[in-house]
Amino acid sequence: MSSTFSPDAARAIDGPSWLVDRRVAAAEALSERAVPTVADEEWRYSPIAELDLDTFAPSTTFGDAPMARLDVEPAATVRCVNGKVVSIEVDALLVEQGVFVGLLVDHADGEAVLGSVSADAGDYFTELNDAFTPHPVFINVPNGVTVDRPIVITHHAAGDHGATFSRLVVRVGKNAQATVLDQYSSDDGDVVLACPVVELDVAQAGRLGYLNIQELGDSTWQIASQVARVERDATISAGTAAFGGAYARSRADTRLVGRGAHGDLQALYFGDEGQTLDFRTYQDHVAPDTTSNLLYKGVVAGKSRSIYTGLIRVRPDARGTNAYQTNRNLKLGDDAWAESVPNLEIENNDVKCSHASTVSPVDDDQRFYLESRGVPTGEAERLIVAGFLDEVVTELAVPSAAQGLRRSVAVKLAAQRFAEYGVEDSA
Amino acid sequence: MSELIIEGLCASVEGKEILKGVDLVVKSGEVAAVMGPNGSGKSTLSHVIAGRPGYEVTGGSVRIDDLELLDLPTWKRAEAGLFLAMQYPTEVPGVALRDLLRASARTSDDPEEIESRMQAEAERIGFGAQFLERPLNVDLSGGEKKRNETLQLGVLRPAFAILDELDSGLDVDALRIVSARIEQATEEDGLGVLAITHYSRLFDELRPDTVHVFADGRIRESGGPRLATELEETGYERWVQPAAATKPSPALSDDPFADPLG
Ligand SMILES: Nc1ncnc2c1ncn2[C@@H]1O[C@H](COP(=O)(O)OP(=O)(O)OP(=O)(O)O)[C@@H](O)[C@H]1O
Ligand SMILES: [Mg+2]
Repeated sequence: MSSTFSPDAARAIDGPSWLVDRRVAAAEALSERAVPTVADEEWRYSPIAELDLDTFAPSTTFGDAPMARLDVEPAATVRCVNGKVVSIEVDALLVEQGVFVGLLVDHADGEAVLGSVSADAGDYFTELNDAFTPHPVFINVPNGVTVDRPIVITHHAAGDHGATFSRLVVRVGKNAQATVLDQYSSDDGDVVLACPVVELDVAQAGRLGYLNIQELGDSTWQIASQVARVERDATISAGTAAFGGAYARSRADTRLVGRGAHGDLQALYFGDEGQTLDFRTYQDHVAPDTTSNLLYKGVVAGKSRSIYTGLIRVRPDARGTNAYQTNRNLKLGDDAWAESVPNLEIENNDVKCSHASTVSPVDDDQRFYLESRGVPTGEAERLIVAGFLDEVVTELAVPSAAQGLRRSVAVKLAAQRFAEYGVEDSA
Repeated sequence: MSELIIEGLCASVEGKEILKGVDLVVKSGEVAAVMGPNGSGKSTLSHVIAGRPGYEVTGGSVRIDDLELLDLPTWKRAEAGLFLAMQYPTEVPGVALRDLLRASARTSDDPEEIESRMQAEAERIGFGAQFLERPLNVDLSGGEKKRNETLQLGVLRPAFAILDELDSGLDVDALRIVSARIEQATEEDGLGVLAITHYSRLFDELRPDTVHVFADGRIRESGGPRLATELEETGYERWVQPAAATKPSPALSDDPFADPLG
């Protein structure tokens, strides 16, 4: 147990007494847990052995958070630096509609909702978040209310060897509808440990679109957890676009707990240089007639690595489940590496499930087709890679973020060396 | 005035020789028809000329005038004026026609000019504007893919086009419109065409100057336009070697595919 993440350190963080008690209890529980190692199956391909928690301390610095990257004016914007809220702007219309966007401790239900979705999905790092999150943010959309424009949360981390613990809880009421854009960034060069936790709760017939954009700095470690609970006839569309980080792990746990609940889960990711991007997904079909459709597409370039591990779990009561899981990886060059491990655990016979995964280089026939129309080799490869990811970009729940994501993909592509002459020169 | 010159072209796939010395010259403004049985190597010829990976060229030359194409990567061949309309156009997910045309070394850097050429060509061949937004060949019907190939030909304005069964998949009306468009390109822009087909109906609008019988990896006979209709009646029997004549008796054969009744 590291001294900087002790119960005393947790007790020193501001907040109402219920929150302080909660933090201290989590910090005490942490001392019972061991930091994971690669011997744990879950961390098998990760560089977790290189993480020395003792070298980190909860971040204290403040600064400016980046603005939303959207083509439309957000309905509300919360900007956070090192896990602390620095500004909150909420459209007057939202206030009229009874929508809450702000500090969780300022909402009457705050204590009840914090941890209500993520409680039993905990691991060492979610527990760290419980113990040290300074300013949990809460979005509450009352029953029957539709929020048209995206609600944006931006998180920025800075400061060498700072650890940051962002927390977001989204609750969408019955027949309510909202989209949330959740952006993460940090300064290049700063060794930062980011352990965000996101809880998404969608009540009966509610609809939530959620998009996580991860553009962390090149020296940041991210160990992120996202847990969703989807009730009867409700729909979630949850996406991730991951570009940054030295080691960036994202775990997404989607529980379809009400009959007829539906989940669309997407990710696009692009690693280069020495990055490791690590994704774990759980499609947990608890109730009957639930459906889920997962599409994760990624590119690995340079010496980067990606790991996708996905589990479709169908519980005994979940007859009539339809669950699909697809992970496709493009590998640019011999030094890049992608691993894809799909799994099924099915405890009911009346289900339709499938999974598919591929790791392959740029397709020769596709490149030939473009080249045969006069497109130079390197440019053809760039178009193919961008097109490969665009299949996900067009499906994301926040269409007004699409152009920004295409620009991010273009920036990554511009940094890669593609063949500029013959096919034989290509990676 | 240019020439596409194919001389003694030999190529193999996975160690199997498919092209066995192809000789053919196409001049600007001319249409050379190539007809031949299935599996004789026509698509292979088109791919080798364009530089598709997977083929080994074992001999010969393909030139536009003095420029040796076989030394160039595919896109340089296209830049030099070669176009291939593929028998089975490849799907390229997420890449729009517009992106391809903008990236081509054969088009100007002016996006507006590309846009207006695209619209004009779509109109000329009655290709719905909605197709311009779709990813290349993804979920297009067979005929739509062929129109898409024709549209690209119109925008890229090549000097020579190899049309590999451009007619397959097109309905009668589309075939008439598409083949008329190619005929116009031969007249207006001096396009030279190597048209691979199984059916002479392609030549109702697109008038061939020469017709070539392609069998067993080379040109076996050449003639005027009438040869096309003749071939449709008689087939290729004359040029397809009867297996029994060149093979040892079945009892001695170690070829598992030999006709046992041969
Ligand atoms: N990649 C490959 N591996 C093995 N054999 C191949 C390959 N590509 C082509 N071939 C063989 O080469 C021969 C010529 O094929 P090609 O496609 O050129 O014929 P074609 O004349 O175009 O036929 P069609 O009229 O049916 O289009 C065929 O026997 C085919 O099976
Ligand atoms: Mg063919």
